[in-house]
Amino acid sequence: MGEVIVITSGKGGVGKTTTTANLGTGMALQGKKVVLIDTDIGLRNLDVVMGLENRIVYDIVDVIEGTCRLKQALIKDKRYDGLYLLPAAQTRDKNSITPQQMVTLCEELKKEYDYIVVDCPAGIEQGFKNAIAGADRALVITTPEVSAVRDADRIIGLLEANEVRNPQLIVNRVRQDMVKRGDMMSIEDIIDILAIGLIGVVPDDENIIISTNRGEPAVNDNKSLAGQAYRNITRRIFGEDVPLMVLSTPDGLFSKMKKLLGFKPA
Amino acid sequence: MIDLIKSLLRKKETSKDVAKERLKLVLIHDRSNVSPQFLEMVKSEIIKVIQNYMEIDEESLDIQLTKTNSDDGERVVPALVANIPIRGMKNAGR
Repeated sequence: MGEVIVITSGKGGVGKTTTTANLGTGMALQGKKVVLIDTDIGLRNLDVVMGLENRIVYDIVDVIEGTCRLKQALIKDKRYDGLYLLPAAQTRDKNSITPQQMVTLCEELKKEYDYIVVDCPAGIEQGFKNAIAGADRALVITTPEVSAVRDADRIIGLLEANEVRNPQLIVNRVRQDMVKRGDMMSIEDIIDILAIGLIGVVPDDENIIISTNRGEPAVNDNKSLAGQAYRNITRRIFGEDVPLMVLSTPDGLFSKMKKLLGFKPA
Repeated sequence: MIDLIKSLLRKKETSKDVAKERLKLVLIHDRSNVSPQFLEMVKSEIIKVIQNYMEIDEESLDIQLTKTNSDDGERVVPALVANIPIRGMKNAGR
């Protein structure tokens, strides 16, 4: 019996889709059978982040309306064994699906897959309600900004109210150099305010943009810091005890010297 | 002179401190943002209990959720403020 994990944030643009793509791919790399579901109907993007946009035939609304079978709509990612994508519909709206239909869909997928990772749309309306309907577990994404943390707080309240218990936090786009000089809230500051468990910290990393440009998740890139962070989070989801990454400040004297000497950044 | 030393010793407030403080305040408001129906329910329950002991002016009863300083004066905390005009005591309450 699989587990349904919803990736949510409230605020848009904090990295829900990127996180969904990377965690799902990370799980598949660890040998799990994984389905990624894009529930952002009308504004689908998980397909392009995954580099699978040219392979879409059917979408989630087709499955729910019975236009096709579930198997037909699932796109198999040929690069990663055991990884599938169920894309959102682009020309419909969020009301094309009900939370009950989403529960049924998740139950069906849980029979065959180890993990179902649901990419939730921004906002707290119908799309959010659909995305969390079948969830066994929720990961809340935030960045160290006032607006993102505020929205995360609201989402945590709504998850509790909808009986999705014990959501865990991912703090994305942390810049350790800014934290160090007091111009960015630290992980401790954010945990102090939101009072929920932390499952991972993802450093701000330009490799994410590069890998999104190419449609290849950074989790498979051994040189990417963010990729390393996502690999760690994947293992924590499996229940392993992985210590938090030590984030160094870029371009200190030491790392500059290492760069000069030709060492790869840690 | 002492003021000068003090000002030199005092750490400059960083932008993250400002962010944290603003967040805390805005979250107090967000978290206590309850629906009018909820307040109506609380109100009618309070009236029921108090009416066992006192005669009150139901029309001008006012109840609202607001903010106040905590006992140590360091934080702002949500508070339920009720203004209940009493017309007289009932015999049962004596």
